[in-house]
Amino acid sequence: MNPTAEILVIDDETSIRKILEITLQSNGYTTLQAATGREGLQMTAVHSPDLILLDLGLPDESGHATLKKMREWFGKPVIILSVLNSEEDIVTALDNGANDYLIKPFRTGELLARIRSALRSAGPEDDGPIIRLNGLEIDLATRTVKKDNELLKLTATQYALLALFGKNAGKVLTHQYLLREIWGSDFVDQLQYLRVFIAQLRKKIEKDVNYPEHIITESGVGYRFLAGSN
Amino acid sequence: MQDAYVPPFLGSRISKRWQYLLSIQSVCLVSAVCFLFSAYIGAEVVAFVLLLTLSLIAMFFDILPVLLTAVLSALIWDYFFLLPRYNFRVGNTEDEILLSMYFVIALVNAVLTFKIRQIEKIARQKEEKAKTLKLYNTLLNSLSHEFRTPIAAIIGATDNLLEEPSRLSREDSKKLLTEISVASMRLNRHVENLLNMSRLESGFIQPKKDWHDIHEMVSSILHQLEEPLFLRKPEVAISDGFPLVRLDYGLMEQVLYNLLFNAALYTPEGSWIRISAEGFDELLVIIVEDDGPGFPEEEIDRVFEKFYRLKDSRIGGSGLGLSIVKGFVEAHNGTIALTNRPSGGARFLISLPACLPARCNPLPSENLTLQLSVS
Repeated sequence: MNPTAEILVIDDETSIRKILEITLQSNGYTTLQAATGREGLQMTAVHSPDLILLDLGLPDESGHATLKKMREWFGKPVIILSVLNSEEDIVTALDNGANDYLIKPFRTGELLARIRSALRSAGPEDDGPIIRLNGLEIDLATRTVKKDNELLKLTATQYALLALFGKNAGKVLTHQYLLREIWGSDFVDQLQYLRVFIAQLRKKIEKDVNYPEHIITESGVGYRFLAGSN
Repeated sequence: MQDAYVPPFLGSRISKRWQYLLSIQSVCLVSAVCFLFSAYIGAEVVAFVLLLTLSLIAMFFDILPVLLTAVLSALIWDYFFLLPRYNFRVGNTEDEILLSMYFVIALVNAVLTFKIRQIEKIARQKEEKAKTLKLYNTLLNSLSHEFRTPIAAIIGATDNLLEEPSRLSREDSKKLLTEISVASMRLNRHVENLLNMSRLESGFIQPKKDWHDIHEMVSSILHQLEEPLFLRKPEVAISDGFPLVRLDYGLMEQVLYNLLFNAALYTPEGSWIRISAEGFDELLVIIVEDDGPGFPEEEIDRVFEKFYRLKDSRIGGSGLGLSIVKGFVEAHNGTIALTNRPSGGARFLISLPACLPARCNPLPSENLTLQLSVS
């Protein structure tokens, strides 16, 4: 998509920075590096990278704080790379505006896929009213959805949920975020609503509901709408 | 954590027997004083004084001594103060009511105070538990960081190296292999430290002492630490003829390794690190010092605690290294002290009981004339 995208790595561990640098550069990205939250913010402001890989355990401040400050003015994708694997940390980071969350140790292939996906979803932000993904076609203007060119019958809520996923393809959306967006802030605890509608949507759009290819469960955290195969 | 729990009530610290004795004694004493003044004060005033005594006892002691005091004081009041005196009979209805009221108030007083204390105790326990949990989480996070980071480095590097067809330059491959090596050493160090810690915790460390050459030990450690010590200036100040000393090689090697590794890790490039040893009559003193940033004075007492990390620590670590150092030195019946050098930097001073001079040294006699650098 964007082979010369510039990626900023914010991590205090020299070894991780070195390995990420080699990984990213050998895959055609250019890299920038920062070892502290402060340095990371400065470089973000100066270079405006296309994507940021952010560690949470920074020496000068928690990565959560860095992310919050960054998100006040930086709109491009931020992927968290952290050893912290509690649901609490993941949900906090996503709620603070992270696009994705990868737990260390991570597989290189997985990281590259997430980076591609985040860069892609950041790309067509000025999208037309039609989102096309994996044989699905979501027309935001006419509020219709086609699967393999066949019109799907969706309820208003099912449509709203799918459109929200489509607009945020590739990104992990937390349960709280989805509930607030679709049902309103009084319903953020009503996880069962979400479960029911996700099940209904999967029945309509997935080939096999037991092995979903579109709506992926991020256990304990939320869901991710897969942005196409490669 | 040892000093975290301070029982606010005497009750938990004074033995049951003493609680009974003290409460009976105080009631008797107060009653005796009141009795001396009974010509001037009425039975009702005495009742209040006794109730006050009871309340004070209830604040500090357990429920049973307090209940006993309540009953005892009621009997004393009835026998010695309530008319007719010197028997348990009660003269009139008014006094009967007074006595039964006294009884009830005394009991209610005792029970209520006890209940309040129970509630406080539960609240305190909850607070403790929350504190322990928080400590445990911090610890777990730091440990998982220390273990997962090198694992992430190894997986990240091998994923790249194994990729076919390879996009890596020779130079990059070399760099990745170096990272794998560094990460493996780091993991090994953590595992070593954890195993040593559990050895210490089990309490079964028996130093296997034998005659060893300190100089040789230090050289071998410096060799192992060549990489982390890169761009630092280690200096060994141990005189050539330094006598052999009796110690557990493995334990002392770990002690010096951890101290020197820390010095390499926490000092800036170009720092000077010095290892010196001095022998005294029955004491071996080893000093490891550097001219780095030293330790914050207010944290110096805590750095040997298990899992303790400096508050503004910017470099990863498990918080085990120095506690193992201390444990192993103590296993040799030695001591370790940390001070900041007046001109800046940290100084660790280890003193071990060691028999250096002629009477203990196993060397043939002509070697014993080698100088001891005693200053």
